[in-house]
Amino acid sequence: MSGSIHEAPAAPPPRRRWLKTTVSAFNANKTSWLGLVIFVVVLLLAVFAPWLSPHDPVEQNVLTKLKPPFDNFYLGTDYYGRDILSRLLYGARISLVIGIASTVLALVIGSIIGILAGWHGGRLDIVVMQMMDMLLAFPSLILGLILVAMLGPSMTNIIIAIALTSIPSFARIARAPTIAVKEREFIDAGRALGFSDLRLMSGHILPNIFPEILVMGSLWLANAIRTEASLAFIGLGVKPPIPTWGGMIREGFENILDSYWLVLSPSIAILIVVFGLNILGDGLRDAIDPKLKGER
Amino acid sequence: MGTFLVKRLLFSLVTLFAVLTLVFLVVRIVPGDPAQIILGDQADATAIAALRTRLGLDRSLPEQYFGFLAGALRGDWGVSLVTGRPVIQEIVAVLPWTLELTFVSMILGTAIGVPLGVWAAVNRNRMPDYFTRLTSLLGLSFPPFVSAILLLIVFSLILNWFPVISGNRSTPWAWFQSITLPALNLGLIMAAYITRVTRSALLEVMQEDYVRTARAKGVPWNVIVWRHALRNALIPVVTVVGLYLGILIGNSVLTEIVFNRPGLGKLIIGALNQRDYTMLQGMMVIYTLIVVVVNVLTDLAYAFVDPRVKLS
Repeated sequence: MSGSIHEAPAAPPPRRRWLKTTVSAFNANKTSWLGLVIFVVVLLLAVFAPWLSPHDPVEQNVLTKLKPPFDNFYLGTDYYGRDILSRLLYGARISLVIGIASTVLALVIGSIIGILAGWHGGRLDIVVMQMMDMLLAFPSLILGLILVAMLGPSMTNIIIAIALTSIPSFARIARAPTIAVKEREFIDAGRALGFSDLRLMSGHILPNIFPEILVMGSLWLANAIRTEASLAFIGLGVKPPIPTWGGMIREGFENILDSYWLVLSPSIAILIVVFGLNILGDGLRDAIDPKLKGER
Repeated sequence: MGTFLVKRLLFSLVTLFAVLTLVFLVVRIVPGDPAQIILGDQADATAIAALRTRLGLDRSLPEQYFGFLAGALRGDWGVSLVTGRPVIQEIVAVLPWTLELTFVSMILGTAIGVPLGVWAAVNRNRMPDYFTRLTSLLGLSFPPFVSAILLLIVFSLILNWFPVISGNRSTPWAWFQSITLPALNLGLIMAAYITRVTRSALLEVMQEDYVRTARAKGVPWNVIVWRHALRNALIPVVTVVGLYLGILIGNSVLTEIVFNRPGLGKLIIGALNQRDYTMLQGMMVIYTLIVVVVNVLTDLAYAFVDPRVKLS
């Protein structure tokens, strides 16, 4: 912003500049790299689950029921004799698909609501944000479990329910920078050139607030994965026998008195993914907004 | 002060009204006829019709809506479809359990979180800071039921310090044993949030002029941090504690399930499993009431924490 007009042609094309900002954001806080690596590894494990799994995740076998870890099965078997490692790998798919889909859905809808409210201001802003605040105040897990219970526990419904509970947060995140950016000169310049509101919002506001939304996206992805696991633990997950981490903990919890390793491996899996995403998002946020360092 | 309170109370009333409307709609947009779902596929038409009359489902939607609103305001939330007892009685019977758990967890979370946050802030970018930030981030990563299960495995199954089922409070010792693990579970997760907010709030306050003035005057460092700076840093902390209640209530549902402890959480899960619609309506109303009341209390707490806030 401070450069003179002669510097302008020297700036790298938008896409390269974007990449550069991202890389420097990562370098500003080295732990973000660790978070990214963890997430990518889990993503790869989930994608290649069919080739990596030593056994069929849903095949039952009475003879191998409740085997402790390291005895033919690396992580042991569950009550139905199913291999826990294979179920973990396949379970990662469900967690990631539901997590990513619901976060993207909430990110898109929430950002649209936030940008519109911030852009137009006035009464629309007050009414919409008041509604978002109400939704935000209501316990999100309760809202999620009521929605899933009412709609029925299918994958689509779980995605919709989790997305609904995080839309208000994205709306808030998108609104604040929109209000700040819309006062800047280049928006006035665009208006003077006769650009439509839609073009200004999508072409000029959105790219400016996108990094902040994306960072929150990684933190909310962590949250969505946690919520999905919680719903599955309550019994409102994707229907068995499809393996989910929360569902595995739910089944393992029934045998916790004699074979508690059943709940350990899915618990650790959830923890690793969520922790990885949290350090990723936390580090990136520090880089983007140093003032917020360390705040949730 | 007066106008502020009136404004907040009005907003709370609007919230309550909106949620009541939402609750009414949610229960009615469910695909399928509730009476049919409750009685099952084999039920005959007369039984379904009778249940529909009993539930008031045969009346027109506006009639149902105003009946529901009037009932909700009078405290008449209908009878449970499963036990046949008034919904409000069932809720009041378990409410103390959840309130007690929430209250103890909040105290634990604050008692652990605030000192840790201060410790991290005064040691900014040194070992204690890195340690606290990473631990609190780990704490935030635990799904509440996972941490609850781990506590249960370590302290109840391996160490045998606490009973596995924690619903007994006949003696003070039994009460202590029943509440320790659930409250610790909720309190530790909450402490993770509070630590982070305290840290960043304190860091911001420490850059204020009056802190520099106090240092120049030779006020002892501890007094500056704990008496002057922390007091002002507590405002965002209070906000977060208030906002966090929504999360705490959700987490308490999972905690109550794992520790098999009576409370709103177990009640709502039971109602969900048995499709007890009137109970669910009542539960949503009580949850909203709790959230609204806490929001008003949070606003009042600002004035208590910071005399500069005149609630205007």
